[in-house]
Amino acid sequence: MSSLPARSVSRTAVASVNRVARLELLEHFLAHNEDLVQCAHAGLDWLARYASVRRSMCLVVDSESSTLVGAGGYGIPADDVELFSWPLANKRDPVVAALLSGEPAVFRAGRGNGRASSLASLGTGSFVAIPLKGAGASQSVGVMLLRAGTPITADVHWLASVLGQKIEQIRGRGSVSEETRRLRRERTLFYTIINSVTDPILLTDTEGRLIVANARAEKLFAATEEESEGRRRAVELNNMLFSAALSRTAVETPSEARELLLVDPSDGSDLLFEVLSTLVENPREGTGIVSVLRNITDLRRATEQIEENYQKLRVAEGAIRAERDRLNLIIDSVADPIIVTDQGGATILMNAPAEELFTAPPEAGDGILRGVQSNDAHFSSFISGLLLGESGPGQIRRGEISLMNPHSGELIPVEAIAGKVLTETGELTAVVTILHDRREALERAHLYEQLKTGADELQMRVQSATAELATQNELLRRQAIELEQASRLKSQFLANMSHEFRTPLNAILGYTHMLLHGVAGELPLNVKRQLQRIDSNGRHLLTIINEILDITRIEAGKMPMQISEFELNTLVPEVMAELDPVITRSRLGVVPTLSSRSPVVHSDRQKVKQIVVNLLSNAIKFTHQGGIEIATTLDREGRTASISVTDTGIGIAPEHHEKIFEDFRQVDDSPSRQYGGTGLGLSICRRLAHALGGRITLQSTVGKGSTFTLTIPADTPR
Amino acid sequence: MTDQPPLILVVDDYQDAREMYAEYLQFSGFRVAEARNGNEAVDQAFALKPDLILMDLSLPGMDGWEATRRLKADESTRHIPIVALTGHALAGASDGAKKAGCDSFVTKPCLPDDLVVEVRRMLNR
Repeated sequence: MSSLPARSVSRTAVASVNRVARLELLEHFLAHNEDLVQCAHAGLDWLARYASVRRSMCLVVDSESSTLVGAGGYGIPADDVELFSWPLANKRDPVVAALLSGEPAVFRAGRGNGRASSLASLGTGSFVAIPLKGAGASQSVGVMLLRAGTPITADVHWLASVLGQKIEQIRGRGSVSEETRRLRRERTLFYTIINSVTDPILLTDTEGRLIVANARAEKLFAATEEESEGRRRAVELNNMLFSAALSRTAVETPSEARELLLVDPSDGSDLLFEVLSTLVENPREGTGIVSVLRNITDLRRATEQIEENYQKLRVAEGAIRAERDRLNLIIDSVADPIIVTDQGGATILMNAPAEELFTAPPEAGDGILRGVQSNDAHFSSFISGLLLGESGPGQIRRGEISLMNPHSGELIPVEAIAGKVLTETGELTAVVTILHDRREALERAHLYEQLKTGADELQMRVQSATAELATQNELLRRQAIELEQASRLKSQFLANMSHEFRTPLNAILGYTHMLLHGVAGELPLNVKRQLQRIDSNGRHLLTIINEILDITRIEAGKMPMQISEFELNTLVPEVMAELDPVITRSRLGVVPTLSSRSPVVHSDRQKVKQIVVNLLSNAIKFTHQGGIEIATTLDREGRTASISVTDTGIGIAPEHHEKIFEDFRQVDDSPSRQYGGTGLGLSICRRLAHALGGRITLQSTVGKGSTFTLTIPADTPR
Repeated sequence: MTDQPPLILVVDDYQDAREMYAEYLQFSGFRVAEARNGNEAVDQAFALKPDLILMDLSLPGMDGWEATRRLKADESTRHIPIVALTGHALAGASDGAKKAGCDSFVTKPCLPDDLVVEVRRMLNR
């Protein structure tokens, strides 16, 4: 420290307000006092008295330790002033900045000024730092801190200059005592240490008032008036929360860690701290509480995250278990054995049907064990084939394995279908194999084979039968042609023969007739009787010839049909008229019963009439007493019309019902038969009925009579 | 001439039948001329202008159908009724006769009496 010559305080600096008071201070105190601390106190006291500065402090530079140290204070505890020590290294510090720049600066002291709370003792509020300069020296020798708000009057400037010169003067002669320096160094070290701790540390009194706080704590618990409303509110809230926590701590167990939720004043987020408070006994200042706050926000978050993750994990685990159970159910419900193996070929999972094949119960006998081992060997061989990449490209391998039912020893040929289960990166994790019992398929194939053989055989038989049939058909066709030719020849022959018969018969009948009619004059009776025999036999022969001709024509399909529409009822009187002589001669009653529905038919009238004449003449011929009824009917649907002839004649035994419709047949065929006729009448009737699309039916009882009915298609009544 | 009985031309190649009908027709009071085939029939018809012709259809040489067609084609003989006689009762015989121009058709065997009835019917038509 340089020794400067003592100089009187410049009188020009003495200004307006209180010239007398200034002189008093200079003359009675500063001029004769060489103690720096006393001078500082005297100056500050003077300021308090004459400039109304109620709180102030005087700091001087200690060049050896490069710190600002307290020299005196007003309204501030003496200890605080004495122990004040502030390194000059931090050039951004407002106090240091003011010192270095030589210009006054305003700053906020107390809680939240961003420094270690060396100035906490100044209380909250703004301060003005006024650098103290020696005479002519550009370098400031100290700083005077004044409570802001008080006007910086000429007196204040005056005092600053006086104090600066005085300090410079005293510096030239001596310095702060060694003891004080040591204390200041320790104090600096202390603040350096607690500020380096990242956890907030606070010393409070038992009422919760803040005594000392490190920088980290000040962030939470101190705010200057310049700072934002939100930040100040947050700080206020934090103080309240901390006080409340402390008061509880004081009541309860002080040494136990407690959780404290505070607000981060910088962003308003929640901060969780663990507070460890310890009571400290300070003999000078009474009991205080040291609280160390440990930020466990991240820890808590991590814990919560872990808890949350654990919960998620449990949920996921539950879902997986449910999924696995479901999968197991599905797998078990499949009738085919399913086996899941890992990449090494070891079985991970199998369903119940697979267990039947690949596991043996503990009490199983040797047979079952052998079966299971054999199955296992076969399956393992298949799987290793797949794992060794025999399957080539693709993820599916098919193969046939011969397994056996371990319980029955029955061989089971199976088709194994194995699929690789790959991860997203294509890594093999498992192989799923389904074993499909091929017995049914084989059985089916076998059956199909048999069926096919049978079908082939059948086809061959059918083919041979078809060929045979074709041969037969061809044969038949030729025979039919031959027959047709023969039939045509026969018909032609018969037609010709009939013609050739007629010509001589015409002459025989004609001349007989002429003789009987007396062309040759009157003849004796016996001659007449003999001519009549010739006549009747000739006529019979003519009838036979005509009927044969009819049959021939019908069979040759050459019977001319004259189809017309007519009422069946109209035929009945005509038939009766035609046969009137015969009816009269028979003395039988013939009763017509005509349908009121007047059936209309579309047929050959002449042929129908021919049939009915034939039926009626038969009825008369075979009836000796009683009567005959001719009836017409129309069936309910109007589809067929019938005309029937019912007699009370001799009747026909059932065994003769068919015979009488054959050619040249009567019930009595004997040469000595009682009834005449050619035996062709009914035969012709039946043929004609067929040719007309109808039929003749017979109902008869021997001795009671017969009913012959002709049924032909009817026109639907309009 | 008007008092004379009608002249019937009987055409038939079968002598027995021809003479039988001729004899019975004479017996029944008609005048009768005979022809044995179609050519004779046409000649006789043109020559005699009979009142009615009984024409057998199956004839040697010109048959009855052809003879009928010729007579019916000629102005002088067209009016003479021709009654066809045939032993063929097969289908088509009657139609063929009608087509040829026959006025009536009788199937043999036909009793002389029945024939006379038919002749009288045709003459009185």
